[in-house]
Amino acid sequence: MTFGSTGYDIAHLLGGGILLLSFVLLYQRRLEGVIGAFAIQGGLLAAAAAWQGWMQDEPGLYVTALLAFGAKALLIPLALRLLLRRLGLHRTVEPALGIGPSLLAASALVGLSVMVVLPVTAGQAQALTRENLALALSVVLLGMLMMIGRRNAISQVIGLLSLENGLILAAIGVRGMPLVVELSTAALVLMLALVAGIVVFLLRDQLATLDTDVLHGHQGERHQGERHQGERHQGEGP
Amino acid sequence: MAQRLGAPFCRRGRAPKLAAGDPLSPPAVLTALILILAGLALLAVVAVPLARFAWAGLVVHGFCLFAAAVLAGVGLAVLLAGALPVQALPLGVPALVAVDALSAWFLLLLGLAAACSALFGLAHPLAAPRLLAAYPLFLAGMALALVAADGFTLLLGFEAMSLASWVLVAADHAQAENRHAARRYLAFALLGGVCLVPAVGLLGGVAGDLSFAAIRVAPPQGWVAAAVLALVVVGAGAKAGLVPLHNWLPLAHAAAPSHVSALMSGAMTKVAVYVLARLLLDLSGPAQPLWWGVPLLVLGAASAVLGALRANLEEDGKTLLACSTIENIGLICLGLGLAACFRAADLGVLAGLAAGAALLHALNHAMFKSLLFLGMGEVAHGAASRRLDRLGGLIHAMPWTAGAVLVGAAAAASLPPLSGFASEWLLLQALLAAWRVGDLAFQVLGVAVVAAAALAAALAAAAMVRLFGLVFLGRPRTPRAAGAVDGPMPARLALLLPAALTILFGLLPGTLLGLAEGAVQVLVPHGMVERSGLAMVRVGDGGARYWPLALTLLLAVVGGAIWWLVRRRAPAGVARGPAWDGGFMAPPQHLPFGDPVTQPSAAGFGQPLRRMLGGSLLAAHESVEMARPGDPGAARVTSGFTDPSEARLLAPLARLRDALAARAEQLRDLPLTATLMLPFGTLVALLALAAWLEAG
Repeated sequence: MTFGSTGYDIAHLLGGGILLLSFVLLYQRRLEGVIGAFAIQGGLLAAAAAWQGWMQDEPGLYVTALLAFGAKALLIPLALRLLLRRLGLHRTVEPALGIGPSLLAASALVGLSVMVVLPVTAGQAQALTRENLALALSVVLLGMLMMIGRRNAISQVIGLLSLENGLILAAIGVRGMPLVVELSTAALVLMLALVAGIVVFLLRDQLATLDTDVLHGHQGERHQGERHQGERHQGEGP
Repeated sequence: MAQRLGAPFCRRGRAPKLAAGDPLSPPAVLTALILILAGLALLAVVAVPLARFAWAGLVVHGFCLFAAAVLAGVGLAVLLAGALPVQALPLGVPALVAVDALSAWFLLLLGLAAACSALFGLAHPLAAPRLLAAYPLFLAGMALALVAADGFTLLLGFEAMSLASWVLVAADHAQAENRHAARRYLAFALLGGVCLVPAVGLLGGVAGDLSFAAIRVAPPQGWVAAAVLALVVVGAGAKAGLVPLHNWLPLAHAAAPSHVSALMSGAMTKVAVYVLARLLLDLSGPAQPLWWGVPLLVLGAASAVLGALRANLEEDGKTLLACSTIENIGLICLGLGLAACFRAADLGVLAGLAAGAALLHALNHAMFKSLLFLGMGEVAHGAASRRLDRLGGLIHAMPWTAGAVLVGAAAAASLPPLSGFASEWLLLQALLAAWRVGDLAFQVLGVAVVAAAALAAALAAAAMVRLFGLVFLGRPRTPRAAGAVDGPMPARLALLLPAALTILFGLLPGTLLGLAEGAVQVLVPHGMVERSGLAMVRVGDGGARYWPLALTLLLAVVGGAIWWLVRRRAPAGVARGPAWDGGFMAPPQHLPFGDPVTQPSAAGFGQPLRRMLGGSLLAAHESVEMARPGDPGAARVTSGFTDPSEARLLAPLARLRDALAARAEQLRDLPLTATLMLPFGTLVALLALAAWLEAG
């Protein structure tokens, strides 16, 4: 299966779409937009998984697709929207890294991942797998970039989830990857999302902000009741 | 596969190989060797539960004695009958073992030193479980490093040896200075590993085949060779105790139990020398340039001088012996470096002479230094102290120990006809021929090294006179020293065995050189040590000869004649009077053996050398504090010295470590974005590196 055959083209199109949505995530200025783009990315991932399941004749991948669609495209975006409404947040993103520089960095990262993946896998795997790996690595790197380039806790959580999308994309593209790997990755990320949600609530409760930079000032502190003890540990050098 | 790999070993066999049907056929010998290694490892495991019983020490040391005898036997058999082919270890990982002549020579040395040490252990069975577990492991590690036929197995054995000996050094960890010694020992052991692992990796090359046969086919060249040289000299040199990396040696030898110190000094440093010889002279190929041997030559000369000088100033018996070990290791490495230089200059006969002298000195040193450490252990056991200022007069209380230590000390002082003289004489003969290398700079270096080696030999003799004089002669300095007694029979045997071997090796250097010829051939393929026989050793193509047997006969005749003459001229009926105390007043009641002040102290004995050489080399200092006028108190002389490696090397390293630690601590204070940025940046940098390497 090479360039030109329908199976390859559609898989490539879906992978490319996921990567494109990673870029979209990076230049959204409003939190609703970010959540929406993430939901679309989840849907595309589910479609890619289903397509791979059909091409590889692997029923397990349909389960992956179903889970991805249910969790990434429906549940998590819905929960995040509810959260936004409940918290009544001002809904603009506060980028630590400007939109322009982050897009430039993202382009450079995509170039880097292509340069790394394609020569390494030369002559060892199918063309589709190689392209898929390059796309997946790009999505992972862009997810990390999003976590770094945003100061808002919700944006950072979405960066993490989009990073996980990249991992799933890599996993579904490789023939013979056991289903348990994908399931455990998905479960891990759901747990992470849960923890991140709790952190967001706590942030809002204790510090009345979602800006994670504020946390730096409180490094080394303990719970309110123990603060007088905790302060002894703060910033103590050797 | 095994046969193909074995070919490079086989070609060096001097005698015809053993027939397959022979009971001593190579596979049988190698199987015995592997069984002994497995037995030692098993013993290390079962020693911990066994340690509850009183007889555990006997079992462990008894089996180690048996294993040592087997190792020495295998070494001797291979030296006599030819190399054993490569065989894979049944470990589940590709690990090859083989015994060629060089391995066999060091196996013989290890077996003899370990036999003496285990005998001493039998005489004084210790019950600490971790000692009993670590001791066989230590022995097995050394043996495995010696019989390894690939880099992985070599490192496995070497690191097992390091780790086990660390446990042994930390045996008496209740005392703070022993903990300090063990910590420093571990740091140097880690340094050795950190340097040797990349060195072996570099030798393996791009293909990554670590078997010695593959490395010999493609020896390192260019910057890889220089890196291998630096890494091996630092890594194995740290274990051997070469000069700037010798700091752990006096500390660790003083901290370990005596029979362990004997094994560490006699055998473990030799295993490091073996690694140096194997990696630098054998595996790196004979095509290396002249400067290849120069680092070993220079560091060896520096170690010899510094070790011998420190041995004259130390006041603890075992520390003194450890410093003497630094000196002897220096001489051995000097010989190896010289062999490499001669080989590069196509002077095969001289290269063979230098390599033969180094190997012979390694064996001789293993024997006499084991003997001295065991003797000092016996003294510490009998007289309850190792400090020279608390001993004295032990020749009356411990005649067996005194006699054995006298042999060892005379050999360490390189007096003919003992073993130390033969090998140091050969080494000096090789050094004196250094002018034969055409390079002027090398000739100048050779002259300097000759001077250093001669100085070291003289200083070593002075140190041994000081050791023997202060410990065994004079009068007891403490009541405990007066009440000392010789150890039980196995302990005496542990001293008599190396003493007898020291005398024997001194009488038969020619035979030993003939035995070592296969090992010399491994190091210097075109070198040879011919023209050595039972009665005479003739070196190079000059006229220098050494007749050990004739010299012994001459010494015996002259000595007998003098004895006879003295007896003849002496008046009949000798009366023993009280020893003259130098005109001092009679000792007070509480010092029944005389006031120690009337005898030379350890510091006082070393004072001339400390003033002459210690000032510049060891930063020795000396000051007199007079009592204030009117104060009836005595004036006090304080003197001391510090090793230069302490101030020049270890203190800057410690500062660097603290600075790095402080920088690392700052990472804990980073904001969230920077914390995320750190792994991300590292990942991107690694990916970029991978992309660049693929493109390049």
